[in-house]
Amino acid sequence: MMVKDEPAAPAHLAENVMHFARVLRGAGIPLGSDRVLLALRALSLGGLEHRSDFKATLAACMIDRPEQIAMFEQAFYVFWRDPDLMGRIMAMMLPRVQGNIGRPPPPENRRLAAALFGTTPGKQGEEEPPEEIEVDATLTFSQNEVLRKADFETMSSEEWAMAKRMINRLVVHMALQRTRRFRAAKRGSLLDWTATMKAGARSGDFAPLRFRRSRFRLAPLVVLADISGSMSKYSRMLLHFTHALAMSNVKVTSFVFGTRLTPISRQLRQRDPDLAVAAVVRQVEDWSGGTRITTCLHAFNRDWSRRVLGQNAVLLLISDGLEHGEVEELEFEMDRLSRSCKRLIWLNPLLRFDGFEPRARGIKAILPYVDEFLPAHNLYSLEQLGRVLGGALGG
Amino acid sequence: VLPDSIDATIAGLGKHHYIAERALGTALFLALRLERPLFLEGEPGTGKTEIAKTVATWLNRPLIRLQCYEGLDLAAAAYEWNYARQMIEIRLAERDQNVSREALSAELFSERFLIPRALLQAIDPRQPVPPVLLIDELDRADEPFEAFLLEVLSDFQLTIPEYGTVKSVRPPIVFITSNRTREIHDAVKRRCLYHWVSYPDAERELAILFARAPGIDRVLAAQVVEFVQRLRTLDLFKLPGIAETIEWTRALVELNAVVLDPETVNNTLGVLLKYQDDIAKIQGSEAARLLSEMRDAVRTG
Repeated sequence: MMVKDEPAAPAHLAENVMHFARVLRGAGIPLGSDRVLLALRALSLGGLEHRSDFKATLAACMIDRPEQIAMFEQAFYVFWRDPDLMGRIMAMMLPRVQGNIGRPPPPENRRLAAALFGTTPGKQGEEEPPEEIEVDATLTFSQNEVLRKADFETMSSEEWAMAKRMINRLVVHMALQRTRRFRAAKRGSLLDWTATMKAGARSGDFAPLRFRRSRFRLAPLVVLADISGSMSKYSRMLLHFTHALAMSNVKVTSFVFGTRLTPISRQLRQRDPDLAVAAVVRQVEDWSGGTRITTCLHAFNRDWSRRVLGQNAVLLLISDGLEHGEVEELEFEMDRLSRSCKRLIWLNPLLRFDGFEPRARGIKAILPYVDEFLPAHNLYSLEQLGRVLGGALGG
Repeated sequence: VLPDSIDATIAGLGKHHYIAERALGTALFLALRLERPLFLEGEPGTGKTEIAKTVATWLNRPLIRLQCYEGLDLAAAAYEWNYARQMIEIRLAERDQNVSREALSAELFSERFLIPRALLQAIDPRQPVPPVLLIDELDRADEPFEAFLLEVLSDFQLTIPEYGTVKSVRPPIVFITSNRTREIHDAVKRRCLYHWVSYPDAERELAILFARAPGIDRVLAAQVVEFVQRLRTLDLFKLPGIAETIEWTRALVELNAVVLDPETVNNTLGVLLKYQDDIAKIQGSEAARLLSEMRDAVRTG
């Protein structure tokens, strides 16, 4: 049942497990050969009696984070059901991918299909006219969520050099926070007993005292960037900015949001800025559409804030704050957000207009919960951020 | 004696009032047999710490617990030299002119002056039985600490520069838990078997309640589970875990509640939900709605 035809033939099983691992790898679950060997050793102990045990055994050996569970389940279902009839499976999967076109299919499906079949079924967006779907009727500002891929030009080398210079300056500005770890020091108030005793033992007498002092580190940054239609002019620059930040020695976790929240830290790990931004563009489904700041902040608060806002993190909210929906809920989410991070800095491109007064209701709702309010319409204006961070992160 | 099958593992846990789902039983069985650490991630209050305690009781092993926190270092987690005693030793050696420097140096960093902490205790080869080592809430420790763990987790040994390498004869049973307030490094995870502990389904939660809160009325238990299960489908900031369900049940028993009614629920909600926003959301009409939904579901069968 588990392995077609020869259920317990070890040679076939090993081969199939190996192929299965390859499918998982192709689908984006990083999986070393040591894990495959571990799985085979585990299977020699048990797990062959029931299909569910078999699955649990492979899962315990092959995955290491909850995001992978859904992908694993799908891959398991497809692979161990009928490893040979790829065509049929493909036919089986395609309608599912397209049937969900309202909500874009979870990327898992397509990655998995690509891993199994080598091609991506149901390429959307480019050839087909954009699908229009209805969203929650209470959101009157935008009845159609248009799924569009942003068309980014590549960054000029001059721009890139500029961004890098700026980030470097910014990092210098950023104040450090004390950690509870120590390093050796010439003098200080904290005695390093280990080093003192070691020196004492070497000399056989009391050697001079050795001291230690706290290590410092940069506070982690969390970036929440708005990529909705009203922000589309700045999206590319902001993504490059975020990428440059991620490449510096600050710990950065990044998200973009329009109508839904997408984590992009993994995509930004790519060193080349253009490749990184291209990876983000592929991942994100709601470029230049409507904004649902409240919904996205809610999703962030519920699913991510506890995971990424620890360790005195500083939050950078990059948005124009043009929320057209109910502002009470927005206030509620902002309140929660501001209480979960050490410091909340809001970058708003609208601020470049002289005499800008926050009149939009969304902006008014956000403002009271923000520690710092800055313009962000070009890379130059982001320089200010360095000074703010320098002041903000102290202590 | 280690269990020889998945069923035996689940039965062994069950005997000690831990009702494990089959996937967890499988992962635990493999961890025991493959002598690998078991890495447990999941929401708070889903029984991650409890399983380590249960295994220790069940297999009759001592439990060594290492609670992680930011700044946890080698001195607090693995070993420390007894500086005060070392200093006295140096003072004594000063008087005694016959002691050579080399001898003193070797003596100062011998076992006599070594204070073993949790990690070193767990791999001490002189332990009569290998203990259960629980590294609790690893996500609370900072990243540098994970690096300390790598040697212990993969080879069950610890190298002390001044002293040498301590290696266990029979490896301890290791559990690592994490609440995911940050991502643990892959290098740690790679050495472990992984299991995500999820909220239980109604049937298993009921079995857990009977095991953990013995003497509870069947009707009330069923209502409690039904209510909590419905609560978990709502959009709350912090969903109640099994630990909260058990606590709540005990609270209800203390209050001599026979059935769930809106008033009792409102008064005891603080046991179940730990955020004011969540309590405010559920208290009153929402609780009443859930209860009436439950009644309707029973009526329509």
